[in-house]
Amino acid sequence: MAKLTIADLKKIKEEHHQGLREGGFRAKITVHMGTCGIAAGARPIMNAIMEEMAKANVKDVAITTSGCAGLCSKEPMATVELAGEPPVKYISLTEEKMRKIFAEHVQGGKAVTEYALVIGHETTY
Amino acid sequence: METTYRSNIMICAGTGCVANGSLKVKDALETELIKRNLQKEVKIVLTGCNGFCAKGPVMVVYPEDIFYQQVKPEDVPHLVEEHFIKGRPVQKFLYTPPAQKDTIPVMNDIPFFKHQVLRALRNRSLIDAEKIEEYIARDGYMAAAKALTEMTPEQIVNDMKRSGLRGRGGAGFLTGLKWELCARVTGEIKYILCNGDEGDPGAFMDRSIMEADPHSVLEGMIIAAKAINAHYGYIYVRAEYPLAVHRLQLAIEQAKENGLLGKDILGSGFDLDIEIYQGAGAFVCGEETALMASIEGKRGMPRAKPPFPAVKGLWQRPSVLNNVETFANVPPIILNGADWFASIGSEKSKGTKVFALSGALNNIGLVEVPMGIPLKTVIFDIGGGIKNNRKFKAVQMGGPSGGCIPNSLIDTPVDFENINKTGAIMGSGGMVVMDETTCMPAMAKFFLEFTEDESCGKCVPCRIGNKTLLSILTRITNGEGREGDIELLLELSQQIKDTSLCGLGQTSPNPVLTTIKYFRDEYEAHIKEHRCPARVCTPLVKFVVDQAKCKKCGQCFKACPVGALKWEKGQVAYIDPEKCTKCKSCIKACRFWSID
Repeated sequence: MAKLTIADLKKIKEEHHQGLREGGFRAKITVHMGTCGIAAGARPIMNAIMEEMAKANVKDVAITTSGCAGLCSKEPMATVELAGEPPVKYISLTEEKMRKIFAEHVQGGKAVTEYALVIGHETTY
Repeated sequence: METTYRSNIMICAGTGCVANGSLKVKDALETELIKRNLQKEVKIVLTGCNGFCAKGPVMVVYPEDIFYQQVKPEDVPHLVEEHFIKGRPVQKFLYTPPAQKDTIPVMNDIPFFKHQVLRALRNRSLIDAEKIEEYIARDGYMAAAKALTEMTPEQIVNDMKRSGLRGRGGAGFLTGLKWELCARVTGEIKYILCNGDEGDPGAFMDRSIMEADPHSVLEGMIIAAKAINAHYGYIYVRAEYPLAVHRLQLAIEQAKENGLLGKDILGSGFDLDIEIYQGAGAFVCGEETALMASIEGKRGMPRAKPPFPAVKGLWQRPSVLNNVETFANVPPIILNGADWFASIGSEKSKGTKVFALSGALNNIGLVEVPMGIPLKTVIFDIGGGIKNNRKFKAVQMGGPSGGCIPNSLIDTPVDFENINKTGAIMGSGGMVVMDETTCMPAMAKFFLEFTEDESCGKCVPCRIGNKTLLSILTRITNGEGREGDIELLLELSQQIKDTSLCGLGQTSPNPVLTTIKYFRDEYEAHIKEHRCPARVCTPLVKFVVDQAKCKKCGQCFKACPVGALKWEKGQVAYIDPEKCTKCKSCIKACRFWSID
């Protein structure tokens, strides 16, 4: 391996920054993965989020799962929570809808109201 | 670019957790994640010591910061299903404080972690110790870069002096001053040395740092080397620390490959090579001049000072020797400034100190706390109090060179000055906690056995004096103590302290002196009444049931392996002296102190 310079050190730091372990997330996305959610296709929704995360090289957003949200007929569902803002529950998701939510809500800061069920209540932590 | 994961599982791979099977848990997790097709979402990372060794194997799951303890390989499928698929922490493996019912899922809410301030252990549970990129990602080598390219040796020394960092090996000498003394000496060849010869029974601070964050030690050494203008360094590690040696070796190789050691580090024109020297585990080699003799291939024996190592050290060249924890403290000082470092701690003891908690505590492990924190907080809040609902009796600080601190001094602030006032020493950071089942003369005897064994034999007071101390303690604990023995112990102890050459002899009588100071009544009971109040010294125990105290519970009857105990429900127990082998199983089983 070549000798590092100080610029290289900074680059490695950027690339390997482990946002996951540092806390201080600006957003949290919860994919509801109860039996109903998984049956309705929560897995492709999760995959879509992971792909978007990798594509945009986002490291300060926490992705987590949770059980049934209690509205099985509207699965797959996901909840997006920006720091300091009330959570938004999205229903009847598809991969495309999820990608749009990621771009506009998570990255853009503006909730995609046409896919949203409700804003506020229920936080998971 | 690194793969994006949604979760990281940090599995502790410190010596303690590995012994508890953490690597098997890691294998089981790998298999299970592949089975569930989660291997691209969930990353497994092996870290150094997490600190909460009592609960091993332990793991921390990010981003939720959930702390799991005592997980077995067979539990893994359930854990993966619940946590990573259904997204709920598994109650069974969460921590529950002693005598409470509710679990605490989040690591930093657990009292053991909550009261800690991590500086020397800043990367604990956060990085893979064997990957240099993970160290760099946490600001690693940025301090070395700053020191090598932006600072003069004088500036480094000044920052270190202003920070108030004192040597973490035990003596507490101002680190910046030590560097300044050596920097002033002219000489073409100088050495930077790291003392990893941790030898106190019950101490594992340095081992954990070397295992968990080896690059932080190397970086501290690079900065020190620049300050004194040394181009060669040694890390002296005892061979009993194979994992520490392995990870340090790996770290040195990685640093060399990346141009962070060797010639022209980071293009700064500064050269430094570092090599590991494995010691054979002699306690005295933790003393600086003995350590240097050992590296030179000579017998590990101390020599008289002056000349001090800063003037004539290894191979008669100016040298600086610092402890592992001291070096680990250096990079953040350079990066964040002296004021940042001095912002916590007490008046003359700045920063934090790492302690290894062991003995009769609920939460055994490795902790880092601000200097000046009350001893009580360390033992009862972080340490979780005494095991089995017993009472706190004393804590031995500083290992065999230190002394005991009794319950009456439990509010003592933990810093160099205040601990010294009690007669104990900060030492390198071992805290062995004792409950009322510990006999203090027997405890002093245990440590004297250690120092008698480890004395290099150079000075007569240490070689013969410690042996004599031990023989007096042996006769006291055998019930053959004589009138005047306590005075003899005191006089001899003082002479050994006054006339020994090195720290070993100067401190070896401390356990005797402090136990007499605080527990003189126990010595008197042994000598005058032929009684061991803690019922530890077998020759002084009668093995008779006290009729008045016996609660007729039958625990002693169940514990006796030779059928010497006679007991029936509702009856006071009786020990048959003919059959009794004095194994003390009944004494350990009795909750009412009714066997004398």
